[in-house]
Amino acid sequence: MTDASVPLPALESEAEFKDFIALLKPRVMVLVVFTAFVGLMAAPAQLHPFLALVAILCIATGGGAAGALNMWWDADIDKIMKRTQKRPIPSGKVTPDEAKIIGFALSGFSIVMLGLATNFYAAALLAFTIFFYIAIYTVWLKRATPQNIVIGGAAGAFPPMIGWAAVTGTVSFESVLMFALVFMWTPPHFWALALFTRTDYDNAEVPMLTVTHGRKSTRQHIVVYTVLLAVLGGATMLSSLNGPIYIVSAVLLNTRFMFGAVKIWRRNEEDSEWDNFLVERQFFRFSLFYLFALFSAILADSILSRVGVWGWV
Amino acid sequence: MSFRPDHEIHKRRFGRNLGIGLVLTTLVALIFGMTVVKITEGNITSAIAGNQSSD
Repeated sequence: MTDASVPLPALESEAEFKDFIALLKPRVMVLVVFTAFVGLMAAPAQLHPFLALVAILCIATGGGAAGALNMWWDADIDKIMKRTQKRPIPSGKVTPDEAKIIGFALSGFSIVMLGLATNFYAAALLAFTIFFYIAIYTVWLKRATPQNIVIGGAAGAFPPMIGWAAVTGTVSFESVLMFALVFMWTPPHFWALALFTRTDYDNAEVPMLTVTHGRKSTRQHIVVYTVLLAVLGGATMLSSLNGPIYIVSAVLLNTRFMFGAVKIWRRNEEDSEWDNFLVERQFFRFSLFYLFALFSAILADSILSRVGVWGWV
Repeated sequence: MSFRPDHEIHKRRFGRNLGIGLVLTTLVALIFGMTVVKITEGNITSAIAGNQSSD
């Protein structure tokens, strides 16, 4: 009898390689990679292109590792929420232990590699980002306070700062501004999502603002944070990131973003139910475009400045 | 003598092993490339210490 004749156990749920990739939250990784790349390019020095590539890969891997650890810890609520039910752990394709091991292994790997490729200052920032996302946000704040998104948003805001530190070995006013832009952008982005995926967070008993303070208050919070984001966008014009493309983009994007936030604020639940949260969905989609466009503007200015087009910047 | 076609589970495992193989190959290439860059930049001490500063 050969092993080919041995009946195989029912392993329908055995993971494929793509399930392990899904564990690293590739869509979030796109944002991490892009903002880190902008931070790296906007820095007032240059890194060898190969080392820059390694740095970006390490930051992406660190972000993915944090995503895997987040899925390991949140497997219980991911099973309840519609939006997350198909993730690798709730769908039974990857076990929580596998996710935990992959998360910790990739965390260690990415931190050490980033330190060796660039400097240990950037590596320490990456380590702190992973720690912040897992220990402070996932384990502590997410289920404890409605301000979870506000404070937890810091974890997603660190990548441009890490990119900048990878080149310069320091933190500067400009890198803090890039951090602050992503930090201030996160709450309106997620609260808009919470408005139209309302029952999900209720069922999972995650204290989102919509659950604890009500939907009207969430709409008010969106406006307040959008205004603060616009102010910050204006403050960035006072830094060395104030290229012409950034200035024009920031004015247009913030005007459009505030317009959307005010529309959300002026609506009531009946209006939203009537058109199935059309305005909230549009605001959420625009928020994604907003961040990519704003950072693209910073990137474009830094490239044009390097090639001498914006000589006066 | 004929071989039985692979069970679907074997295909899945092959895909997984192939993926891990590619990841490991990339890792080797990255470390090799990093070493070459650090050495050609004439910065072996920094390569070991992981610093950017030149001697």
